[in-house]
Amino acid sequence: MSGRDLSGAEILLEALSDLWVEVIFGYPGGAVLPIYDALHRQKRIRHILVRHEQGAVHAAEGYARASGKPGVVLVTSGPGATNAVTGITDALMDSIPVIVITGQVATHLIGTDAFQECDTVGITRHCSKHNYLVKETARLAEVVHEAFHIATSGRPGPVVIDLPKDVQVARARYQRPGAIAHRSYRPKIKGDLAAIAAAAEMLASAERPILYTGGGIINSGPMAAQKLRELADLCGAPVTSTLMGLGAYPASSPQFLGMLGMHGTYEANMAMNQCDLMVCLGARFDDRVTGRLDGFSPGSRKIHVDIDPSSFNKTVRVDLAIEGDVGHVLDDLVKIWKSRGLRPTVAEEWWNRIRGWRAVDCLAFTQAGPEIEPQHAIARLRAATAHLDPIITTEVGQHQMWAAQHFPFEKPNRWLTSGGLGTMGYGLPAAIGAQVAFPTKLVIDIAGEASILMNIQEMSTAVQYRLPVKVFVLNNEYMGMVRQWQDLTYEGRHAESYTEALPDFVKLAEAYGWKGIRIDTADALDAGIAEMLAHAGPVFVDCRVKKHANCFPMIPSGAAHTEMLLSQSDVAGELDTAAEALV
Amino acid sequence: MATRPLFPHEPAERHTLSVLVDNEAGVLGRITGLFSARGYNIESLTVADVSADHAVSRITIVTTGPRRVIDQIHAQLERLVPVHSVTDLTEAGPHVERELALVKVVGKGEARVEALRLADIFRARPVDTTTGSFIFEISGSTQKVDQFIALMREVGLVEVARTGVAAMARGAESA
Ligand SMILES: Cc1ncc(C[n+]2csc(CCOP(=O)(O)OP(=O)(O)O)c2C)c(N)n1
Ligand SMILES: [Mg+2]
Repeated sequence: MSGRDLSGAEILLEALSDLWVEVIFGYPGGAVLPIYDALHRQKRIRHILVRHEQGAVHAAEGYARASGKPGVVLVTSGPGATNAVTGITDALMDSIPVIVITGQVATHLIGTDAFQECDTVGITRHCSKHNYLVKETARLAEVVHEAFHIATSGRPGPVVIDLPKDVQVARARYQRPGAIAHRSYRPKIKGDLAAIAAAAEMLASAERPILYTGGGIINSGPMAAQKLRELADLCGAPVTSTLMGLGAYPASSPQFLGMLGMHGTYEANMAMNQCDLMVCLGARFDDRVTGRLDGFSPGSRKIHVDIDPSSFNKTVRVDLAIEGDVGHVLDDLVKIWKSRGLRPTVAEEWWNRIRGWRAVDCLAFTQAGPEIEPQHAIARLRAATAHLDPIITTEVGQHQMWAAQHFPFEKPNRWLTSGGLGTMGYGLPAAIGAQVAFPTKLVIDIAGEASILMNIQEMSTAVQYRLPVKVFVLNNEYMGMVRQWQDLTYEGRHAESYTEALPDFVKLAEAYGWKGIRIDTADALDAGIAEMLAHAGPVFVDCRVKKHANCFPMIPSGAAHTEMLLSQSDVAGELDTAAEALV
Repeated sequence: MATRPLFPHEPAERHTLSVLVDNEAGVLGRITGLFSARGYNIESLTVADVSADHAVSRITIVTTGPRRVIDQIHAQLERLVPVHSVTDLTEAGPHVERELALVKVVGKGEARVEALRLADIFRARPVDTTTGSFIFEISGSTQKVDQFIALMREVGLVEVARTGVAAMARGAESA
């Protein structure tokens, strides 16, 4: 068999090219110098130099989440690898396909506490979907192809390839491997048809059904979102979505109830509580969604479609579990529904109840006076940009929840947020990654002033690669979400949640070569947003909002869906210790 | 503060899981790490290479927990990339479970005679003898080994080494 004699570093890049990789997010160091040299000598793969390895992984996540293609990261050994760990864990929790290549000390030095050695495979074993330590150059090509297969198939996730320096230098033949037929890893794509037929019948006989959709619909790809629309049209059920699933179903549909869970809408949570059939599609009954388990939708039968069978019955017992890719399962469900000529039996009374809950208008707010309500800022941002079909990323905190509530999406892959891990510092690098994938699209990071400081250095990356990302900070001078919990649980004792000593963000932006805009009052909001949109390069908007606003509705942790707080006036003051112990 | 179990009212069951895995570096770490990270119990764990080409190892794990947790363990194990198959032998039906123990007893006179007599009843073999000690080898079910060890405590037991459970389904089928 032919094939070319190449160094390990060259083999890595050949394999990545064969896997259609166009861009790598990375940061160099001693243990990856052979790979950087090989990168320098080729033209097919572009490298984006981040300013911190955590940023590289979030950028790769943003790239993946926006484009549907896997993101690739390259970092050095030791601190390079440990800095990447937060991003890797984030990608695991949110099922994002990324491949992280870490340099490692030469194989003969492993285990000697060599300079910049760390046990990368040990450290990442439980925060990656899978990982490899490659000890022979001859095995490298196969490992890279297999890693991509594992990262992108089944329930997607991060895969780490630890590559000792001598393996990068040694030579071997590169041969493009054939199709991957893994010895033990074979995710199930098609769901069981009998089970899907049973699901169709259950749905067609339910009076109070609800479709509870999650990030799996987005991971599955555009077909899943399309099939979800068809199913919703056919069965007439209301649809709610998790934080990760927003955009999979058009928010403008009259069947959409908005997000559910801790900061979800009243109608979504009440409908979850009182439905007689819940169809969970690519979601996982996260504790932020279920609230107190014994109070979670006590009277419903539950169908759960998931590609990861370990999600079945993990916390919530379901009546029918269907293992498979949610897009394929939805496709079959729609086909069976049509071929059997099923008709929805959704009770008019169910929609009446929902109309009643909607009438509560739980997301209502009033903007009065010069002080900007954070919800108002998001609503104006949305009004000014909706026609541009923007990609929105967020940091973590109140601003994230307000964005989820007040920035509705019509399409998937437009909403990039750190759901499972809740990583402050996600939004800016994720926006950079999304902008790399779509250089001409409008990409905005809706941020908090505390979170943005966690990966602020990535402003430099945006400048270097002329990425016109926008950062829109809802600056309340507080770690608002922390302060909100202190208001709820600790009688308002604000321990360390005030963000003291903030920089002048406009000057900071200018120092990095960005445009900086400060918005102080409600009447300046629209003009400020217009100025942001008019500028071709990256813009940082420091939008000063009300300092003490709290985010409602809210289901306090450990409470049931029916115990929702709708406004500040519902807040009692202190929780009991059992509730306090929950996060 | 004691941790509150997720399913406090469900009774714990003891299950023996047989897991076939790729015989590669780190695979045992993945499995034990899964148990510690998710707070599952391990009563015993044995591992050895079992295929002619040394490609596959069998890990036998005895665990306890409410039924739902056992099902979770099963699913979580299957999720690991190098895992070929997971069989819940307790669930699957009749199976054989054996473990082996070495039990050192020190004593003289009457206690020594009694130790030998009890060992004989349990079909434990002396595999090392001095004038003041025996090492017995016993194999059998966990329960039998437990009983033997309990009796030996009364006649001078000083040390125990156990292999943990090896298990296999009865009949002609193979995992
Ligand atoms: C890396 C990290 N550290 C700590 C937290 C805990 N945390 C959650 S929200 C929050 C405050 C965020 O403040 P800010 O970015 O200003 O957003 P706001 O809530 O004010 O909108 C903190 C500290 C976290 N989620 N991530
Ligand atoms: Mg803040």
